[in-house]
Amino acid sequence: MLLQMKNITKHYGNVTANQAVNFDLGEGEVHALVGENGAGKTTLMRILYGMEQPSSGSVQVKGNNVSFDNPASAMASGIGMVHQHFMLFPSFTVAENIVIGREPTVGGVFDRNKAAALVEELGEKYGMPVDPWAVVSECPMGMQQRVEILKVLYQGADIIILDEPTGALTPLEVKELLVNIKSLALQGKSFIIITHKLHEVMEVSDRITVLRDGQVTGTLAASDTDVEQLSRLMVGRELVSIVKKDVEPGEAVLEVKGLGIRGPKGKALLKDIHLEVRAGEVVGIAGISGNGQSELIQAISGLRSIDEGKVQLSGVDIQGMDVRDIREQGLAHIPEDRYLWGAAKDATVLDNGLMGHHHKLKRRGLVKGKEARTKVTEWIKQFGIKAGTVDNNVQNLSGGNLQKLIAAREFAHDSHLLIAAEPTRGVDIGAMEIIHTELIRKRDAGVGVLLVSSELTEILQLSDRIVVMYEGEIAGEISAMDATEEKISLLMSGGNRQT
Amino acid sequence: MEQLLDAALFSSTLRVVTPILLAALGGAICSRVGLFNVALEGFVLVGAFSGIVGNYLFGNVWLAVLFAVLCVMLFSLIFGYLSINLNANPIVVGISLNFLATGMTTFLLRAIFNVKGAYYDNEMVGLPKWEIPLIKDIPWVGDVISGQSPLVYLAFILMFVLQFYLFKTVSGFRLRSVGENPVAAKSIGIKVRKHQYSAVLACGVLCGLAGAQLSLGQVTMFTEGMTAGRGFIALVATMLGQANPFGVMASSLLFGFMDAFGIRLQGLAIPSHFTQMLPYIVTLIAMFFFKDRSYMQDALKAGGSSR
Repeated sequence: MLLQMKNITKHYGNVTANQAVNFDLGEGEVHALVGENGAGKTTLMRILYGMEQPSSGSVQVKGNNVSFDNPASAMASGIGMVHQHFMLFPSFTVAENIVIGREPTVGGVFDRNKAAALVEELGEKYGMPVDPWAVVSECPMGMQQRVEILKVLYQGADIIILDEPTGALTPLEVKELLVNIKSLALQGKSFIIITHKLHEVMEVSDRITVLRDGQVTGTLAASDTDVEQLSRLMVGRELVSIVKKDVEPGEAVLEVKGLGIRGPKGKALLKDIHLEVRAGEVVGIAGISGNGQSELIQAISGLRSIDEGKVQLSGVDIQGMDVRDIREQGLAHIPEDRYLWGAAKDATVLDNGLMGHHHKLKRRGLVKGKEARTKVTEWIKQFGIKAGTVDNNVQNLSGGNLQKLIAAREFAHDSHLLIAAEPTRGVDIGAMEIIHTELIRKRDAGVGVLLVSSELTEILQLSDRIVVMYEGEIAGEISAMDATEEKISLLMSGGNRQT
Repeated sequence: MEQLLDAALFSSTLRVVTPILLAALGGAICSRVGLFNVALEGFVLVGAFSGIVGNYLFGNVWLAVLFAVLCVMLFSLIFGYLSINLNANPIVVGISLNFLATGMTTFLLRAIFNVKGAYYDNEMVGLPKWEIPLIKDIPWVGDVISGQSPLVYLAFILMFVLQFYLFKTVSGFRLRSVGENPVAAKSIGIKVRKHQYSAVLACGVLCGLAGAQLSLGQVTMFTEGMTAGRGFIALVATMLGQANPFGVMASSLLFGFMDAFGIRLQGLAIPSHFTQMLPYIVTLIAMFFFKDRSYMQDALKAGGSSR
């Protein structure tokens, strides 16, 4: 075995992040490490990469016991890591980003031509061509990912850790990346991939290790398992399939009539949108992101002014109303970007949970602290949010846990309309199940739900009606009965217009 | 007009631009490691004062320059420790150091020399004027370039040295990487703090030289608050020049020229308060043209993400 981690245990105070974890990796192998948020995947890899020290246990590379005090010593043993958030220098060139730390020199001067030549050679050798002189900030995400992998290869890594490598990539870029990983593995490089996208895991990996609550619940060959078994191992129970009650939709809670929005140069971002959401139904909006979905949500929730047409919430025209008035009209909103619209990064879990509820929880201008605490603590329990205490800063929460907090906060509103924009982006399957179940429960209780998602499976699973947007227009509407992935994909790409 | 733009005007431009250029280069190094140093004004003031003190103590102008450099390096360590080790906001630290410098120099002026407002000693020898062989014989050019204090020449040499260092050497490349993305720099084993301290100390050296030029080069005296906003002008020159040494030189020259031109206009019965406004008006106008340049914003963002 190229790498063996034996009986790794890691405690943080009273919390056990890893409990007697065994993990190994062969040469040329792709070994996926899957698990829910907070299962201990990242901790295990931080130990391997020298960013954390294990409380007990040993690590062997090529049969030798090693202990890494810092990433540099892990690197020296041939271990490289590509972080989830890229560690790149945006204004430097591709070549500069790859050779940094081991720059070729002539007489003490950085030899940029040589660096470019080395990088070009490296890219060709591993089948990942790059333009060494391109500035990184101008490269698409897929190319930046490639630069990260080449950087690790340039540092001489044989073992490459990829942390959530596909999170920021487009589907096409994901495909390319998986092909690259496979071909590098054939050339003898070994990969550890941390992810919770099980379909990608099945496609690319040889073996899969599942972690739950810091313990290994299974190490399986990819050929012997399937997505269902892996999900069970990850969550520790059977996942409940979503059951929708038959609800006869009631009155319209949202009516959008002839809505139009123009961009800064007069370009139409939304054109003549007609949309209706009735009480007790889920309307799914599908589309490749950037086709007007964001503008539509912002217009409905009052974050953006309307140029043409009108929007009515429970029969009231919202034109000119501010966001708070609209919300009090009966709108709850899980925003698409949790850091931009959904949370204040530097505030506590309590404060973030309170947002939007604060004016209902006050007495003589002061917030009723005790009640607020009880409320937020309840949500944390109900949604299984790993938040530490309510006084913890939300920037210490993982993305998935923050998303659960925001969802819990919005579910708690007594609203007629719930906008859920990318409600499960970046969350693990356990949390996804909780959020989905809650969305359906809202629907069954007679709330109109407007679901915007770029995940087709999510749209298909939850929606009663599906509206597809393309270039700021509604390209078509399909009822859940008739909807197939093919039909929606076709509309999403602008083919077969119905209207 | 010819009288207005004669060689003496350009010669005095070079003289007044030197403290600004030196301090602005210091600011440029700091911003290259993600520390926005607004304490340039205070640094230069401490340099100017300690230059005079050094001259008084040692009676040697070269030792005085060295003393000024050492004092400002010490002073810059306060900035470094607070903003690097203690993660204090560099802007707040910078502002307080500026006030500290004003108060401290005024206080020490009384404590050491027992005078108020200004210290001047006829016996004291300032920096020499160097006549450059060959160049001094070229008409006009010789009048402009030759006969300046050695620090004037040093400033321009340092500008080239810094340009080469930042963009050609490996060490300079790594230094820039620290300002660009400290987390990423750390992840590949670059010592972020070491580079930040080096930059702050280098800034101290440059500001020490700037102060020495101010108190020992143009005149040989110290007056309270004698920097008179030059450190802030240098700050603007840093930003305007995008923390590139050539750019910094160009913007410093612009400000220096406006300054010298203002002094010249005073001779033409234009009110001195009006002419004193000129460099600042140019600064404001310049800011309009450069408002969209995002270099500093990026540097600040990267600096923020390191904590």
